[in-house]
Amino acid sequence: MTIEIPYIAAVLKAIAFPVMALNMIPVLVWIERRGSAFIQNRIGPNRANIGSFTFLGLLHPFADAMKFMFKEPFRPENAHPVFYFLAPALVVIPSLMALAVIPIADHVWVQGHEISMSVTELEYGIAYVFAVASIGVLGIAIAGWASNNKYSLLGGIRSTAQMISYELSLGLSVLGVLLIFGTLDLNELARGQGALLWGVLPKWGVFLQPVGFLLFVVACFAEANRLPFDLPEGDSELVAGYHTEYGGFKFSMFFMGEYVSMVTLASLIATLFFGGWQVPWMTTTALDAHLGELGRTLSQIAAFAVKIGFFLWLFIWVRWTLPRFRYDQLMRLGWKVVLPLALVNILVTALVLLLANGF
Amino acid sequence: MIVSCLPEIGYLHRAFEKSSEKGSYTEVIPYTDRLNYCSAMMNNVGYCMAVEKFFDLTIPERGIYVRMIVSEMSRIMDHLVCIGTNAVDLGALTNFWYFFQAREELYDLIESLCGARLTTTYTRIGGVMADLPEGWAGRLEALLAKLYKVLEDVDGLLTKNRIFIDRTRGVGGISAEDAIGYGFTGPCLRACGVAHDLRKANPYMFYDRFQFDVPTGERGDVYDRYLVRMAEMRQSLRLLEQLLATLPGGPVNADNPLVVLPPKEKVYGSIEGLISQFELIIKGVQPPAGEVYVATEAANGELGFYIVSDGTGRPYRVRVRPPCFPLMSSMPHLVKGQMLADMVATLGSINIIAGELDR
Repeated sequence: MTIEIPYIAAVLKAIAFPVMALNMIPVLVWIERRGSAFIQNRIGPNRANIGSFTFLGLLHPFADAMKFMFKEPFRPENAHPVFYFLAPALVVIPSLMALAVIPIADHVWVQGHEISMSVTELEYGIAYVFAVASIGVLGIAIAGWASNNKYSLLGGIRSTAQMISYELSLGLSVLGVLLIFGTLDLNELARGQGALLWGVLPKWGVFLQPVGFLLFVVACFAEANRLPFDLPEGDSELVAGYHTEYGGFKFSMFFMGEYVSMVTLASLIATLFFGGWQVPWMTTTALDAHLGELGRTLSQIAAFAVKIGFFLWLFIWVRWTLPRFRYDQLMRLGWKVVLPLALVNILVTALVLLLANGF
Repeated sequence: MIVSCLPEIGYLHRAFEKSSEKGSYTEVIPYTDRLNYCSAMMNNVGYCMAVEKFFDLTIPERGIYVRMIVSEMSRIMDHLVCIGTNAVDLGALTNFWYFFQAREELYDLIESLCGARLTTTYTRIGGVMADLPEGWAGRLEALLAKLYKVLEDVDGLLTKNRIFIDRTRGVGGISAEDAIGYGFTGPCLRACGVAHDLRKANPYMFYDRFQFDVPTGERGDVYDRYLVRMAEMRQSLRLLEQLLATLPGGPVNADNPLVVLPPKEKVYGSIEGLISQFELIIKGVQPPAGEVYVATEAANGELGFYIVSDGTGRPYRVRVRPPCFPLMSSMPHLVKGQMLADMVATLGSINIIAGELDR
């Protein structure tokens, strides 16, 4: 019995991609802790060790994970018996699922079969990402409600309002890019950004849609619930917001959800506005000719990694620099600034395209 | 939205005033450390000045200079804590670390001065515990440049930060009339535009000999309090520079055997020294019957000590006028009609030190 290569590839990708994403969490936690220490003139974690090797504190996230796993599974007396346990899963799983359509390199050919470098390739990829990512807010809302705690509930409500408001802007701010490239497929989007603009600049979304890019980044921060938009867990007001009553591995799942959605959002920023896997000034064909297919794929993966690495660092950098918004200011920014600007941006983009392409 | 607010105080009540009646005058000094423990030195200075007023003591110039130096250092440390924690409550953690590192270095100096960090007990009636250690003035001078740098860093992170301004402008504001009505003093009063500073209004020690400005705000809100505190730290640094440049030599303690313990060589070497040591230890300092009130400009405002003496070695009554108390009593007025998150910002900005509030 022979199994078709595309099926083998699909299974391998379905295993490898989530594993890669999950493995990024400890690394990200490490970068967050070391990075914040670097920003704040501190030393940061440096005690966990194997033998006498501390690996610059890299073992701390692993030690934390072990600790979380072996903690007593605890449920507050009045918490809902089912939803209380369901909520963390509802946060992690959608953020992992959203990663499925993000391409990390251009298609490769294996024995005559064209294979995409994402878990799956969907024509409506970006719509899928938004659809799946919006399930995450359910997890947070349920967590807030099921814990039966006023702080959790307030955090849950805040986060629901915040994420729904900003999801709108998130969706609208990318429409400009989608209009220009005329596709919803993320791989096509990345491929479309390989050309050159006026012969000098790479034709990246950020150069075509600078306003859209800024709005998208703002909305991404709000989606990720990170400073300056971390109101759902604003520690000085709500103790820890929606995860106040969670401990052990259930808490760490919320934690993982936050980092995985950071990865998703950073990859989206990179794919939509920075050419995704495109190596600047080098198209897939040119790279194939110079490096061969393996070299091309690896260099594209490296280019993608550099791009999302930068945006992940941006998330961390901003978190340790800015103070937090107040709730009404957050809503005002979302509805009165970001949303109208996104709409104007779409209008202008559409008009320019209409004029450029003729009626 | 805050409809009404009722401060509930007294959780750190330690019967400071009653305990003070139980021991000698000198034994009260360690208690004063525990009032405003962020700037313990200033409490020590204020209390000792009050007791000295009974005797009309003349402290040698160097002693007064040393007291002024430690007072201004304490003012800086207190403001560092206040702004740092206020920023943390707003979600900006990094400023806190910048400030606490500077504070740490100031504490190192305090530690080498008197052996303790928070609970200093540095002053004595008639002078100070010990002269500055060798090289101490140079170390402080070297630190001043670093402090300027830290202030600049935080200035850059906060002063023009749009989120920070949005969170603090117009929040927790109070008019000058209301502030005076509540009995505001210190930075919170000056933020309302009233240039009242006891160092200028009623110069004590040698504050009239040195150049410094009294920074004021306009609107009396959280942002103005922040600006006033930042400016005051710069003025304190200016004062420290001048103090260090003109620091005279000579003794630090008054030459009065009824108040100041004789030096050890006199105690062991002469009968007069031994007798006065014995008298002072057994009976304590014995001010003439009467009452005094001495107010100093502490970091938070007017810190007053009202002492009644019945002519014995124990104070008949020690009453403290804490700067925090009027500030705390105005909390309902400050936060009424504002959002819950503003409460956090306001409480941080009036710098409540419970040790001083409850005594």
